Amino acid sequence: MNAFLETFFKPNLIAQYLPSILKGVFVTIEIALAVVISGLLLGLVLAVIRSFHIKLINVFIIVIVDMLRALPPLVIVLIVYFGLPNVGVNIPSFAVLWLVLTLVLAAFAEEIFWAGILSVPKGQWEAARSTGFGFVGTLGYIVLPQAVRLTVPPITNRTVAITKNTALGMVIGVPEILNQATSAQSFSGNATPLMMGAIAYVLLFIPVVALGRFLETRFAWRRS
Amino acid sequence: MPILSIRGLRKSFGHTEVLRGIHLAVAPQELVFIIGPSGSGKSTLLRCCNRLEEPTAGVITLDGVDLMARSTDINAMRRKIGMVFQSFNLYPHMTALGNVTLALRKVVGKSRRDADAAGMAALERVGLSAKAKSYPGELSGGQQQRVAIARALALEPTVMLFDEPTSALDPELVGSVLAVMRELKSAGMTMLVVSHEMRFARDAADRVIFMDHGLIVEEGAPAQIFGAPREPRAKAFIAELTR
Amino acid sequence: MDALIQQFFNFDIMSRALPLVLQGLAQTLLLCLIVIPLGLIGGLLFALASLARSRTLRYGMIVAIDFFRAVPPLVLLIFIYSGLPFAGLRLSPLTAVAVAFFLNTSSYYGEIYRAGIESVGHGQWDAARSTGLNAFHTLASVILPQAVRNVLPDLVSNTVEVVKLTSIASVVALPELLYSADMARSLTFNASPIVLAAAIYLVMLWPVVRLISRLERRMAS
Repeated sequence: MNAFLETFFKPNLIAQYLPSILKGVFVTIEIALAVVISGLLLGLVLAVIRSFHIKLINVFIIVIVDMLRALPPLVIVLIVYFGLPNVGVNIPSFAVLWLVLTLVLAAFAEEIFWAGILSVPKGQWEAARSTGFGFVGTLGYIVLPQAVRLTVPPITNRTVAITKNTALGMVIGVPEILNQATSAQSFSGNATPLMMGAIAYVLLFIPVVALGRFLETRFAWRRS
Repeated sequence: MPILSIRGLRKSFGHTEVLRGIHLAVAPQELVFIIGPSGSGKSTLLRCCNRLEEPTAGVITLDGVDLMARSTDINAMRRKIGMVFQSFNLYPHMTALGNVTLALRKVVGKSRRDADAAGMAALERVGLSAKAKSYPGELSGGQQQRVAIARALALEPTVMLFDEPTSALDPELVGSVLAVMRELKSAGMTMLVVSHEMRFARDAADRVIFMDHGLIVEEGAPAQIFGAPREPRAKAFIAELTR
Repeated sequence: MDALIQQFFNFDIMSRALPLVLQGLAQTLLLCLIVIPLGLIGGLLFALASLARSRTLRYGMIVAIDFFRAVPPLVLLIFIYSGLPFAGLRLSPLTAVAVAFFLNTSSYYGEIYRAGIESVGHGQWDAARSTGLNAFHTLASVILPQAVRNVLPDLVSNTVEVVKLTSIASVVALPELLYSADMARSLTFNASPIVLAAAIYLVMLWPVVRLISRLERRMAS
């Protein structure tokens, strides 16, 4: 038991590396929040654009979205991170992480919002149009509110999954939790910082997962 | 010697006591018809008989076997008690024959050939041998319910319980199910039926029981219960039904 | 524009990297053949445990599932691979990946199975039990076939996620697809090998992603 505590919970190491882990927590939270906001907004915008049924644009959107959903995020991160500097585009690694995760979340969100828009009954469109709403008005006042409500569970699920990918930032040097934890681990030759990192993630995400579970039961996704 | 004996049956859901002391003895080949307002505990009574609901107190004996005893193999006993549900509950991913033979194969352990033969015989009895290969989704409500009856019949039960068997059917389909039930009665099956089908009760029931608030309020021959009920609550209920 | 092609679509470099990348692909496929069945079976066990009659087992399972869904898979993997040796348990990259994936994917699959089982109406249980089928047969013959059918898009979707997740094994130097491509990148100072790996992922997964979209849309309507 004592050896276990020494290996994973050494008190002086906890004190020593707590600041650096906390710094990682802030970075993780910042990037995650930024990704959620920009990703969901972009996804919603893309779904709305798709509802205008302009064939050429839709094909373009579908192709890009499919690629972003079929590729592992880490692959995209590495392509962007290593490739861009060699064509003269230099952006810091946290921006690369934010950009890639935003695009991936937007892709999944677009598909989910689109399925939501499609599942709003045609009768709703007809009712709105017959009371004088234009296309945009119908979308904004009647269809989207219902569509978004239908999509809360899968959106929360997907958002949580994608924000956990902030851990991938470790691979390209973003000073998020895992990065801070593994550096500290190699400096100290002890697994305590790693345990601290794992606990930090758990503390961050368990509330989110619990929130997701709660939202799922509130807005039960109707499956035929 | 009653084939099904219920003594002192009580059932509570949380703080609500739904059955408050039921005493009932069903003789072999008897058709007992149970009526009463919703919430009176009729369904719960039926569901306690095969322990789909666990009684809170009381003794239920089938053919001399105590259903509540710990040593009783409830799964074996359940084969002897056929149950037909209001919402049919057919397995949507199996054909009619599959539905009827599943328990025969998995629980009784019959070979596929024997099970199919028994299954076809049961379907024949309800008049649906032609639909053996059809899926529930392809059948009308009345046909689905008859398949459900065949599913219970194939296990050769001692008693059959019917929980509002025709309440979920369109009126024109009710007759086909009642016809099957009439045939079962004349072949000597012991039946416990919860239903609103008064004419069926008048024609086929041996005894009618009126339940209210978890108790049996009045029981007797159909002519007496429907014609001249004694208890005020029974009177009011019958008057509503026959309006 | 030319620089873009040179950097990302250099076919010469791609063809030189191809043998190495294909080896990585073989390793990825092997990894999938291990972790996907493990996850599917593990998930079923997790789901059944989370529906058990014993309250301790139920709550314990739900806590465990939420825990492993909250921890990022990469963190779990690094912890098992780099952290456990300090406690005396040194696992090979492949074993570490298998364990981490088992814990993570079983939790996700478990949630999907659980939702599926709960979506099968109570009447089905009633009917099966009333004909004398015990819990095992009821689950196996009546409930699970319907449950799986109800959540098939989610199961397929999650399997796609698992295939994509194998790429994090590259971080612990398992020579799978991304690792091999990245190695070729560092040798050639060119990102084309990774683009090649991306193309291989697309070939494997794009059709499935399309299929999932169609399945999801059909179930929502």
